[in-house]
Amino acid sequence: MSSTTQDDPAPSAAQDPEHCTRPTTTGTHRLPPADGRTIEEIRAQRAARNARVSSTVITLGVVSLLTDISSESVAAVLPLYLTTALGMTTLAYGFVDGLMQGASALVRIAGGWAADRGDHPKWVAFVGYGLSALTRAGLLLTTGFVAITSLVAIDRVGKGMRTSPRDAMIAASSNPTNLGRSFGVHRMLDTVGAAVGPLLAFVVLWLLPDGYHTVFVISFGCAVIGLAVLGLMVPDLRPRQASWLSTHQTRAERKLPSCKGCTCSDGAVPTLTERPFSWRFLTEPALRRVLVVAGVLALLTVGDGFVYLSLQARDGFATTWFPLLYVGTNIAYMLLAIPVGRLADKVGRAKVFVWSHAMLAGAYACAAVGGASASTTIAALVLLGAFYAGTDGVLAAVVGQRTAPAVRASAIGTAQTVVAVARMGASSAFGVLWYTLGRQPAIVCVALALAVALPLCWVVLRGIDRPVTPTPGSDEVAPVR
Amino acid sequence: MRRPAPRTLVLVAVVLGVLVAVGLDLWSTVRTRRRVADAAPSSSAAPLGSVLGTPGLLVRSTLPGDQYGLVAQVPLSDPAGPRTATSTACDRIARAGTSTVCLRTVRGVVTTYQAELLDAQGETVQHWALPGIPSRTRSSPDGSLIATTSYVANHCAAQVAPPTETRIRTADGTDLGNLEQWTLLVDGAPFTAVDRNLWDVSFVDDDTFYVTVGAQSAGTTWIARGSVATRTITSMHAGGVTPSVSPDGSRIAFVTSDRTADGGQVQVYALLDIGSGTTTVYPRTTGAGDQVEWLDDTTFLYGAPRADLPGTSDVWALDTTAADPTPVVLVPGAASPTVVGATQ
Repeated sequence: MSSTTQDDPAPSAAQDPEHCTRPTTTGTHRLPPADGRTIEEIRAQRAARNARVSSTVITLGVVSLLTDISSESVAAVLPLYLTTALGMTTLAYGFVDGLMQGASALVRIAGGWAADRGDHPKWVAFVGYGLSALTRAGLLLTTGFVAITSLVAIDRVGKGMRTSPRDAMIAASSNPTNLGRSFGVHRMLDTVGAAVGPLLAFVVLWLLPDGYHTVFVISFGCAVIGLAVLGLMVPDLRPRQASWLSTHQTRAERKLPSCKGCTCSDGAVPTLTERPFSWRFLTEPALRRVLVVAGVLALLTVGDGFVYLSLQARDGFATTWFPLLYVGTNIAYMLLAIPVGRLADKVGRAKVFVWSHAMLAGAYACAAVGGASASTTIAALVLLGAFYAGTDGVLAAVVGQRTAPAVRASAIGTAQTVVAVARMGASSAFGVLWYTLGRQPAIVCVALALAVALPLCWVVLRGIDRPVTPTPGSDEVAPVR
Repeated sequence: MRRPAPRTLVLVAVVLGVLVAVGLDLWSTVRTRRRVADAAPSSSAAPLGSVLGTPGLLVRSTLPGDQYGLVAQVPLSDPAGPRTATSTACDRIARAGTSTVCLRTVRGVVTTYQAELLDAQGETVQHWALPGIPSRTRSSPDGSLIATTSYVANHCAAQVAPPTETRIRTADGTDLGNLEQWTLLVDGAPFTAVDRNLWDVSFVDDDTFYVTVGAQSAGTTWIARGSVATRTITSMHAGGVTPSVSPDGSRIAFVTSDRTADGGQVQVYALLDIGSGTTTVYPRTTGAGDQVEWLDDTTFLYGAPRADLPGTSDVWALDTTAADPTPVVLVPGAASPTVVGATQ
């Protein structure tokens, strides 16, 4: 596997004695006005969109796939293990479950900050993946209730920590014109893991009744391989340094002594003193708009659990398959992640992000209609999958394209935390609505609110997709080794 | 040929190492299981219908081996002795009157859960899907009502759903609904906490039952008394979970928290005398959690996991009339006991 991104459109400038990273043609990176594009420019852009996705993105996807097999196989059997093998009671189970949700949201910002601050997102993500791998080993050694709840909490912390540095790496190693597709490829691989994990675990339990130990061993093995792939195969991207190098292209700009015949790679890169990390990026109006819209829409995202419960309340098909409905959603998400990512690159990422919530409203409608059947259940799952395909990776792409490399992980982490916290609030609030109004009116209520909010959110976000004038080269980063 | 980079070689080594380790572990697991299965006392499996009429205990066998998870019949004269294995697998089994209820995990590439109602011949007359892992089941003494409690085991739903769902059905399969939707009064006032949860039903007759009421937000639980006819559930005793009413209807065994000498918390059984309202705690019953099954009006049975062998549990018995009630293992390697009396 090569350590350079395969789709870096700029010629490898390090060998060019005249210029350090990029020839002056980088100026064309300033995109022309949307209406005044020439055929050639449009063609070039289309070609860029269809260019191969960076190998770093695929490697990160494989890491996520292995890690998701590891975590989802355990998540699928943990309730069974706690109740049947360890004889845990109802109250205790509820407690474990509460821990599973809350722990990860806030760690995301911290993970993003650490990644930006140190300019080594890979190693922050490595610590996050490593923590989760350790908890798998822990499951093999312990059977106590307190120990298992601690392991669950540590696992969530690890998950929160790695998400935003990883997404920043995806943004840093992708061509900005196919950022949506790059995230789509990553999320597709990630979701394959999420779909395979539970199935693998259940097959093991099927062949070896009560073979929880074997599930945990396999899970630990997958986590270790995932960690090894990350540690050995993913380049140590330095987004901030790379962006500095591309804005300081001559030896003079880099404050290196001039010498005839020297190449740019001669002489160490000076310690970066410019543009240190600052939370000031949060004051940028465009990013604020994205955060507000993502937050408002997340407040109307009540969680698929309610959709599943609603389907289950009156449909025999949904009841029989209830424990597996989320696998159906994952399969739809997996199949749609790349096409929706491509669509986002083509028609605008913010547009796709906002209008994907119409899919969610559709899923609510399926859950609310009177005569439920297998077809409404399946339609609801497909719509939920489409909703995830159009929001999860796409939001990271929207934020990634709007922010400078030096603060990107923090910005992505902030957006993800806003969404996670708002969704948690939405779920609790919706719980109240569910019990006071009843199932159907409550879901209709949220679907209507979403239908009203969508056009408003779209108005707020209009223009976000128009390409910014980036700091030249700030979006494409050659990994530094 | 180009030499692979050192890090590629390291990765290959890691992958091979993991594969070998997982393979070895799997091999030793399969070998251990085979040895245990070979060593286990073998007895031919009988159809469930042939033992349903025999007085004694029905249990879920939890001894490792090929009878693991199958229903077995145990004579009360020699509960630790040889048992009659059946070919029916149940996670929980309860028998009363004409009804035998079996909650089971249907394993497969996709695992689902279901409840089955069996007739006196052991034939399935009704079955319905459960939304998650089976937890508890009970029938009314005449067998006309069936209560099931299962987890809502979808890890997405778990963010929003109460952890369990409890429903009552009639023996002809009619669903009387989720108990959460019934009228619930706590200390005389309607209880509307959105995270209210009801679990573990115990029937007095074909109308009255006891059930656990709890809400994470309320921070406590109640033993409540319910009526199927009026669809009303009224709190009765604050604290405690998982009631089980004695056959004469005078006392309720339940699970409660007790402090140990060093200040830790343990789960133990307690007995509530309904007439006097007095509670007796049995501090020696640590490891309590199961819904008890009354052997008669003074002795109750419960399953408790064996600490050194995950997946295996034993059925314990506690004689509440003893001077210092101490539980004893009644049936080793068994769970979910249900008494089949001579009167049934």
